[in-house]
Amino acid sequence: MRVRVDRASCENHGQCVFAAPGVFSFDDDEELLYEESPGPEHGEAVARAARSCPVRAITVGEGAV
Amino acid sequence: MRGRQGPGAAVVVVGAGLAGLRVATALRERGFGGRITLVGDEPHLPYDRPTLSKDLLTGRRTEAQNALPLPPDLDARWLLGRSAVGLDRAAHRVALDDGSVLDYDGLVVASGASAVPWPGPGTPPAGGTHLLRGLRDARGLLRSLEHGGPLLVVGGGFLGGEVASAARALGVAVTHVYRARLPLERAAGPVVGGFVARAGAAAGVDARPGTSVAGFLGGRVLEGAVLSDGTRVAAGAAVLALGARADTAWLDGSGLRSAPDGSRALVVDHRRRPLADDGTPADGIVAVGDAAASPHPYSGDGAPAHLALGHWSEAVDHADTAAATLLGQDAAAGTAVPSFWSDQFGLRLRSVGLPRLADRAEVHDHDPARGRLEVSYHRGGRLVGALTANRTSRLAAYRDRLREEWSGPDRELLHACRAPGCV
Repeated sequence: MRVRVDRASCENHGQCVFAAPGVFSFDDDEELLYEESPGPEHGEAVARAARSCPVRAITVGEGAV
Repeated sequence: MRGRQGPGAAVVVVGAGLAGLRVATALRERGFGGRITLVGDEPHLPYDRPTLSKDLLTGRRTEAQNALPLPPDLDARWLLGRSAVGLDRAAHRVALDDGSVLDYDGLVVASGASAVPWPGPGTPPAGGTHLLRGLRDARGLLRSLEHGGPLLVVGGGFLGGEVASAARALGVAVTHVYRARLPLERAAGPVVGGFVARAGAAAGVDARPGTSVAGFLGGRVLEGAVLSDGTRVAAGAAVLALGARADTAWLDGSGLRSAPDGSRALVVDHRRRPLADDGTPADGIVAVGDAAASPHPYSGDGAPAHLALGHWSEAVDHADTAAATLLGQDAAAGTAVPSFWSDQFGLRLRSVGLPRLADRAEVHDHDPARGRLEVSYHRGGRLVGALTANRTSRLAAYRDRLREEWSGPDRELLHACRAPGCV
């Protein structure tokens, strides 16, 4: 699975961190960090994260980065 | 849903906004192969509403970018520019304003909410005065702002602040009138209110707390307003941001119960089934989004059993549960923690839980220079919510705690019915 976040759109809503804490997180400077090639066990959570992003900044694709 | 779920079955979704689209999408994801018809009273396919008071006004987002993407396999019929005017539950039939009727096996009430109109005193001039709820409203407001304002914003809630902020970003002079001492005070308390008021003042907003509009000036076109303290304000445009009420008038007489808080939203159970007047859940109907008032874990003790929150998250979090209920399938019910956001004056306000139910707030970080704020909300000693400004990283821990409490072993206790009308 390949995950990409459009940083120009991201407004730090944090919904992805709520939905998939194993893939998305914030550092101390409010910068969003994320795993670009999470394992298949994160599939459902990542889909939920993409669905719950109010600015639709997350795209999920097949394969690895 | 009346037994049928195959290709011959029909789901009617009243409302073509985010909530209706998300339920329709979830129905397909759950394997529904029947017909889906979405009825929308605006002439537009689903679009993003939160941006109408923010990025769409400032031009950071275009109308084309603002359309919600439709899943390629949605296979839905869209009846746009038409509204539902009646429901016959016994006959499983919805009447539309053009005289046609739609038979359904499953019905999704996703008809949303409208802006509260000006209650008086007086009648504002039509030219230059705006409510802000739909795309048409936003287009009209933009035209007014392009004439340079100055803009009068009435209402101290989130919408008022966002519009004031967007107008200042466009260089338009803004007078902000609200009855409370501070903006956002009712929703988020005085600490957040003071924090946001300071940011608004720094952005050049002329705030008039503790006042209201006593009368509007101008004939056909707005020229200004007289305030309750006797002062006069010049204005070429006004936004009346006085809250919203659910669009459920089409359900009058159908025997479904609406929330007693004046929101007109339908009271629903944990599976999104609206409650009939006798308290039993209606069959074959679900309600989502701004048209529904959801149960929450803190009923009783002065708090209502159901809350019409009007949050974006409500439409998104409950869509799958609503689809599962219509299809007679299992879904996680009742554990979603609400969240909302507001962007104004460079502050990214982000919140989880139900701050409005708090009897006490705790301030953990308060740094106006950096625009950073962290507040937790409590009721009867129990955490009920949190809000941050430019500090979203702090929210996840609060949200996890709330989620655990709301779905943990105490859940039955939390959900114990202590208020009339609670199910």
